[in-house]
Amino acid sequence: MGELAAGRRAHDGGSYGREEAHSAGSVLLELRDAWAHYGGRCALERVSFRLAPGQRLAVVGPNGAGKSTLLKLIAGLLRPSSGAVRVSGSDPDRHVCIAYIEQHAAVNWRFPATVEDVVAMGRIARVRYFRYLRRRDRAIVAEAMERVAIGELRRRPIAELSGGQQRRMFIARALAQEAEIMLLDEPYAGLDAEASRQLTATLDAVGSAAALMVATHDLGIAERLGRVLLLNRRLIAAGAPDEVLAPGHLAAAYGANLRRIDADGGGYALSDSHCDHAAHANGPPRSARAV
Amino acid sequence: MIELLFAPFAYPFVVRALLAVTMVAAVCALVGTFAVLRGMSYIGTALAHSLVPGIAVGYLLEGLDRNRLFWWAAATAILASLGMAALVQRSRIGEDAAVGVVYAGMFALGIAIMSSVRGFAVDLLHFLFGNVLSVTAGDLLRIAAASLVITAVVLLLYKELVLVTFDRAFAASLRLRSGLLTYLQYLLIALAIVVALQTIGIALVVTLMVAPAAAALQVTRRFHHTVLAAAAIGIVSGVIGLYLSYYFSVASGAAVALVCVAVFLLVSAGARLAARVPKGAPQSQPPPGSPSPLVQ
Repeated sequence: MGELAAGRRAHDGGSYGREEAHSAGSVLLELRDAWAHYGGRCALERVSFRLAPGQRLAVVGPNGAGKSTLLKLIAGLLRPSSGAVRVSGSDPDRHVCIAYIEQHAAVNWRFPATVEDVVAMGRIARVRYFRYLRRRDRAIVAEAMERVAIGELRRRPIAELSGGQQRRMFIARALAQEAEIMLLDEPYAGLDAEASRQLTATLDAVGSAAALMVATHDLGIAERLGRVLLLNRRLIAAGAPDEVLAPGHLAAAYGANLRRIDADGGGYALSDSHCDHAAHANGPPRSARAV
Repeated sequence: MIELLFAPFAYPFVVRALLAVTMVAAVCALVGTFAVLRGMSYIGTALAHSLVPGIAVGYLLEGLDRNRLFWWAAATAILASLGMAALVQRSRIGEDAAVGVVYAGMFALGIAIMSSVRGFAVDLLHFLFGNVLSVTAGDLLRIAAASLVITAVVLLLYKELVLVTFDRAFAASLRLRSGLLTYLQYLLIALAIVVALQTIGIALVVTLMVAPAAAALQVTRRFHHTVLAAAAIGIVSGVIGLYLSYYFSVASGAAVALVCVAVFLLVSAGARLAARVPKGAPQSQPPPGSPSPLVQ
């Protein structure tokens, strides 16, 4: 804990000489009327919202709603076609404090590297060109791995990791990077119940170290994160889950074919009303994820 | 037996050849490991063949002066590597197709120029397949200098080059100049090819880059171990190849390349056998459905 906190204070101007200083204001991220075009078509329309340091936010919306585009915009990997994206008051690509964790990382999983090697890559932006990692960097890497409970995997080759372990490794790398915004694209996709539980624990362990934005189809996860942004190219609603996930908003995001089924235990699922009603008797429909 | 090992050392040209092959093998393995992991094994072949028109023009203008031809080759290599890197990054037809077209075109141009000069055929063979036994002290000096430059650049930018090879998206989010680093990787490959020209030649240089790295990847689990193992495999293959060339009068480049491939096959077979023997806990499998593209 100590090293990570100290590391944050130590990050002054950025090792690659380009990072903007962070102002002390309470707005970490701000989008103002941001539009984005992706592959020639409009992917986001006039999106505006703000995020404070340490805040957790779920990004919910149907496929093609622009969730990934939004995350890439904030990561500085895409530029808005108009409007503004500001991280601590400057362009995202002036910052090395943004971690973007893709749904399918385009990495070669047969690359000869251990978990620790990959987590250590998070330190690269904090160490200058032509220099190697120092003892303090190693301590930060070790602490990041402990924090997401992959300390015992540190010597494991990445080729031998499960899907859930891969994602936790990238979250540890983001911690080692001293990311202040972590953007996770569908982190729960393809995970079984146990791996999902561990990932949730990992995200909780990040705590207030970084603001989280999690793109997800799972409304249960959205509820847990405490704030939801409902998206379908434009921003439909943002705020507390019970307000945002109201039937009217969901219909606007998913179209009239979707309806909300309140399930046992206070959770709910989304159902496509084209589905055969008989299927519901046997449990939640396939397209939905119950809480 | 001992005599067989040391007899060749009586000849200074053999000693020079051994030194040359050692440096060339190490440097090729170093840049080759990056290339293989980035899924651009074929770039070595493509770049090497793109040097031919430069060498042909140099030959036309200055004749068979080895010192001059080295600089012609080096200049062509720099131009070809930068051009190819630009093409790969901007191509709309897919990088393998773009590189394939340029490489075939350049090679054909080189052959066309060479074929217009009478008596070039023999010299052409020299460039295509190298002749390490003809390495001079001057060649050796150039090989050493270029090897030093390549190694120094890799050591200085080690963490950045590894990152850009492993995860370009993450490198971009750390605001690394991944475009510049890509150009640099091409440049390093080109320089290694120029160094290797004399030893193994244009047609076979790719074996020294790919085979040792591919063998090392099967027995190592961390990048720096892979690089060191690849260099060791390359050096051993090079030296054995040279002995075979000496004793059996086989072309040196072909002998080195054949030994490289043989060592690769041996290591592959060994790694397979080792994987079959259960050692303690069962090896966990990579998760189903996890993407494992070798080519990015």
